[in-house]
Amino acid sequence: MTNPQSGGQAHIVQLLSTRQDAALDRWTELAGATLRGRTTQTELRGELRELLSLTLASLEREDDTARSELRAVLADMSGRRARQNFTPKETAVAVFTLKQVVHELIEDADEDQAINEFVAFSRYVDDLGLLTFETYAATREQVIADQAEQLLELSTPVVKLWEGIVAVPLVGTLDSARTQVVMEALLQTLVDTGSESAVIDITGVPAVDTEVAQHLMKTIMAARLMGAECVISGIRPQIAQTIVALGIEFGDIVSKATLADALEYLLSRNGVRIVREVVG
Amino acid sequence: MERVPILKVGDVLLISIQTDLEDRTALALQEDLAEQIVRTGARGVVIDITAVEIVDSFIGRMFATIAAMSRLLDARTVVVGMRPAVAITLVELGLSLGGVHTALNLEKGMRLLAAPDPGGPPGTMSGR
Amino acid sequence: MSDVHEVRVGSSDDIVGIRKMVRTIAGDIRMSLVDQTKLVTAASELARNIVVHGGGGTVRIERLTGPTGRTGVRMIFSDEGPGISDVDLALTDGWSSGQGLGLGLPGSRRLVDEFELDTAVGRGTRITVTKWTR
Repeated sequence: MTNPQSGGQAHIVQLLSTRQDAALDRWTELAGATLRGRTTQTELRGELRELLSLTLASLEREDDTARSELRAVLADMSGRRARQNFTPKETAVAVFTLKQVVHELIEDADEDQAINEFVAFSRYVDDLGLLTFETYAATREQVIADQAEQLLELSTPVVKLWEGIVAVPLVGTLDSARTQVVMEALLQTLVDTGSESAVIDITGVPAVDTEVAQHLMKTIMAARLMGAECVISGIRPQIAQTIVALGIEFGDIVSKATLADALEYLLSRNGVRIVREVVG
Repeated sequence: MERVPILKVGDVLLISIQTDLEDRTALALQEDLAEQIVRTGARGVVIDITAVEIVDSFIGRMFATIAAMSRLLDARTVVVGMRPAVAITLVELGLSLGGVHTALNLEKGMRLLAAPDPGGPPGTMSGR
Repeated sequence: MSDVHEVRVGSSDDIVGIRKMVRTIAGDIRMSLVDQTKLVTAASELARNIVVHGGGGTVRIERLTGPTGRTGVRMIFSDEGPGISDVDLALTDGWSSGQGLGLGLPGSRRLVDEFELDTAVGRGTRITVTKWTR
């Protein structure tokens, strides 16, 4: 009985081994055609040479070490392509073109036995192709997750309004995770800048749920424990309704209509008065 | 047993907590402090917890006890330098530091003590 | 390094050691600083609970890997003390049988993701808590 994955392909292995250079040339040419010059021929050839010799080793010896090494190298290559924004097709084509290379070799050599083996070989290559898809997809998922995190960091600026007064203008939908990140960043900024006052401006927030409202509350209480004061500004009518309807106790937290009002309030608490100069 | 040093700076007693306090050390600190306030006639106590990584209910209660005790001995207490992670945890724990003044850092704490006493215990520092 | 640690808690002097151990494990699995602080604080509260109410006991700390590859820490606090007669009351904020603040159990529950209390009068108390990395 033959191993359906790799066994019984002695003639193809033989063919590939004896004509390795020619096969590699043709493979590089075929695989490189779709890559629009994003990988140099030398680089690609190097990658494919490694793949080819590992493929031969795993077909020839049928040992697990060679097979897992082949899979590792292939996974590594697919991951790298995914990160470099290659399309899935561009990634997989490097593997699938090996079929054409072998097919051409068989036709050239006019080997009947090798033709019989081609079905098994083709299945073997399909298997490797699937692996590249899998790795590609997993890597892209990771890239997306990383980007989401970076976006989170970008979308949570803490800005200085005045000496000792900072503000976080929140824009967009607040979920629990984002609120937590912003609030931790706010508290850290209070420490880093020695600011005793902060404004949390939620003008740009369309709605809040219980959890988010509670995170905001807890942050304000944590700031107090640290010796700083937070003021909320820009609560929309709908959010005010939510907060009351949910029965969330806002206690003695200061809330102002606009960011400007909040700033004015905090300035006056710090003993700063704003006066319009009358000219003429 | 380790003892936390109490430094005298003008008429303020400064306690800088640098290690993870054992319960016994915390209790000893309370006693030492009461004695020192009376002996030196200090008008303020600053507890610097910049280096403290966790405050559980036991340590939190120590702050409240020190503050209440100091008030009886006519001194005000300020806890300074609480880390954000510690503050967030205390809020979640539900710990109230009622009666304890807090400030962001040592400098602001000292300034708070130098300002005239607004009178009465602080009302805004409760944890919940 | 073994993934399970078991330590005896006899007196309040042992609590600092437990805090340190939990901090190390939480750091190893790259838990966020805030979550580490919450976990260590919960450990401190529950270990003190063993000392004050259980007359000593054990703490078992283990690293977890969830089905999705998420990592976490599980801590089991056991004592052979008098047990808790009214569990609901013990989990109410501000209620205390000792001279504490009554925040130990309800407060710790808020600091972790999973909290399980197993107790019977006269047969001791076992509290199992779990916190996952975010």
